[in-house]
Amino acid sequence: MQCPKCHAQMHTYNRNGVQIEQCSNCRGIFLDYGELEALTRVESQWSQPAPPPPVAPQAYPAAPVAPAWGAPAPHGGGHHGGGHYGGHHRHKSFGHMLFSS
Amino acid sequence: MTVHPLLAELALRAGARAHRTVTACSCRAATLADRPDATVVRHADTVAKAHAPGTDPAALAPRLALAAGLPDVLLAPLAATPAELHGRLVTFWPYGDPVDPADPDAAPWEAAGALLARLHRIPAPAGLPPMRGPAKAAHAVARLTAAGPHPAVAAVVGAWRALPAWARAEAPMPEPGAVCHGDLHLGQLVRHPAPDGPWRLIDVDDLGVGLPAWDLARPAAWYACGLLPPDEWTRFLDAYRAGGGPAVPASGDPWAALDVAARALTVQTAARAVTKSAAQGRSLDEVEQCLVDACARMGSVPPQLAADSAK
Repeated sequence: MQCPKCHAQMHTYNRNGVQIEQCSNCRGIFLDYGELEALTRVESQWSQPAPPPPVAPQAYPAAPVAPAWGAPAPHGGGHHGGGHYGGHHRHKSFGHMLFSS
Repeated sequence: MTVHPLLAELALRAGARAHRTVTACSCRAATLADRPDATVVRHADTVAKAHAPGTDPAALAPRLALAAGLPDVLLAPLAATPAELHGRLVTFWPYGDPVDPADPDAAPWEAAGALLARLHRIPAPAGLPPMRGPAKAAHAVARLTAAGPHPAVAAVVGAWRALPAWARAEAPMPEPGAVCHGDLHLGQLVRHPAPDGPWRLIDVDDLGVGLPAWDLARPAAWYACGLLPPDEWTRFLDAYRAGGGPAVPASGDPWAALDVAARALTVQTAARAVTKSAAQGRSLDEVEQCLVDACARMGSVPPQLAADSAK
């Protein structure tokens, strides 16, 4: 379809399972009836694991589910459930916590 | 460490137990713990524990009896009834090898999950008191508020007040309860016989009838706060499910069942951390701040009340 504003070609994208049209020139976005609500719903469920992307195969197994109040996902990571983990070296304070009431 | 009379005599009693004699020996007693709520001394293959002051003998007895009758899950005591020493109840145990605190990566998450599943599946013996998890969380929060003002108190107490009354020890836990450990962490697992026997749960002080999700909630809280890596959480949860543990559905999202208890354990751990940091006159470290931040986030997401626990 053509952009109603600048009349350039619009391309279809998939955002969290919602089809949206974006103008290749002015980057404006066109939403069909109900799509704004669908995006809002997806956003409000941000804590739930996102549906798998339609094309790219999953390179890593999905992280287990975590609650919405949990730590934010690590930057760039597609999963939710914790941003720290301490890498190879556990934080000393957490090492102690593992063994205390 | 100063040797107070209880500690000295506890060591003597453990020695007498270990050698079935009171004559001098060349072993040296080791103090495994000396906290206000417990003093634990090891002598050779025997461990003597002085329980918290004010421990109710009528509540400790059925807990000890359960451990004695469930040796595949809990370390069995050496004697069925407690002794009394300096006004404290004292129990005797075989020594078991703990998880090495210097090597938490070697934590037996599978064994922990499997043992809890087994514990939760046994029928609750008549007379077993309630599990003390919520009471301990309430105690931690009470100590926090008594410690004076601190910038983190509002977030921790706010998250606490949003919990249902049963999770704050202000109402009975949801029915039907299961037999729960009540205070699971990595210090509660030992191998008996040492050093390579099977893993067993220790510490019966908080054992009792309650919501089994509570026993999964501390690792769950660590995972939710971004402290426990996902694979360790998965190993623990999968082993629990493989053992037929009733606290969570056999598959799918476990959080509806875990949410309230994991919030409570996050609050409890945050409260302890803030109290401790304040007592030491230092600011919160990175890990402690993660817990407080999680408490703050809880305010914007109301607790998930599982259908049968919405009381």
